[in-house]
Amino acid sequence: MIDKTTLWIVIIGLGIGSFGLRFVFTGLVGDREMPAWLLRHLRYTAVAILPALVAPQVLAPAATGGEFDPARFTAAIVALAVGVITKNVLLAIISGAATLYGLLWLLG
Amino acid sequence: MAITTTKSAFRKGIADAAPFVLVIVPFSTLFGILATEAGLNVFETLAFSVVVIAGAAQFTALQLMQENAPTAIVLASALAVNLRMAMYSASLTPYIGAAPLWQRALAAYVTVDQSYVCAMAQYEKEPDMTIRERMSYFFGCVTPIIPLWYLFTLVGALLGTQIPQSWALDFALPITFLAMIAPMFRTPAHVVAALVASVTALAAAGVPYSLGLILAGLAGMIAGAQTELWSERRAQRAAL
Repeated sequence: MIDKTTLWIVIIGLGIGSFGLRFVFTGLVGDREMPAWLLRHLRYTAVAILPALVAPQVLAPAATGGEFDPARFTAAIVALAVGVITKNVLLAIISGAATLYGLLWLLG
Repeated sequence: MAITTTKSAFRKGIADAAPFVLVIVPFSTLFGILATEAGLNVFETLAFSVVVIAGAAQFTALQLMQENAPTAIVLASALAVNLRMAMYSASLTPYIGAAPLWQRALAAYVTVDQSYVCAMAQYEKEPDMTIRERMSYFFGCVTPIIPLWYLFTLVGALLGTQIPQSWALDFALPITFLAMIAPMFRTPAHVVAALVASVTALAAAGVPYSLGLILAGLAGMIAGAQTELWSERRAQRAAL
């Protein structure tokens, strides 16, 4: 269960922080250039953080008590592969979900 | 269709962003469902979407709160996921930096992956647009996106508690994230960043306060930046 105080601190903090990130350049920096090294690192934030968040869930899902689960693992691989090949986010989600349900039913 | 007035710019924005409805509707519904599964009530769930409007960051915060990570880590990790918004802001600045402050503030609030992608493509294609046309186009792009983001968060929240455990919704999140990341693998540097971050996250699983995620993110970013530098240098040598 999520603590209510924590929840509201997160909602409001994340709201202010996200707005700040979106406003920082258009609003405050204007047309000044940013250092190249900073841009070079910012380019990889999303592709670094999201896989780092997902990797432990793929290999040791909380729902199975941290046990490796073939259905969940395969579904993750399928979603990633379909996404890489087709560049279609929705199709990747559907393929991953279909794999998960298919395997959960088969291995049941 | 070339843009001739601010009104047609607004309408073209709506038309160009319309396909994103297919992404926004299931994604926001999913957030509503998962948030109520995690114990949030309907009002809290909707407030989350209205205040933050950032799919991936909202999911990240939700997951870490469920794992009882410290509040500072929840915020730092979710904002790290959202750091790309600063990139978007930076690259939009040359195009809309001259608009009135209140318009820029409003545009900042509704800057999401879809509105950014849509607007940048148009600005690059028609560099002669006036600043007013650009802002009209931008607000046109967000018109089919943001209201649906709120509405379907609400729909998901109302459906949420009726969905049984056997649907394995715990795994909707990893699948959605992987699907979102996949099209971002444009260069070897992106792939290296993701691999290094994943391996670091697994190796750092025992690090307290969920700091492993931040470490993994930083390691991935450095790896990506270094790979980019290395391939640039190699390309330069090949050109000589």
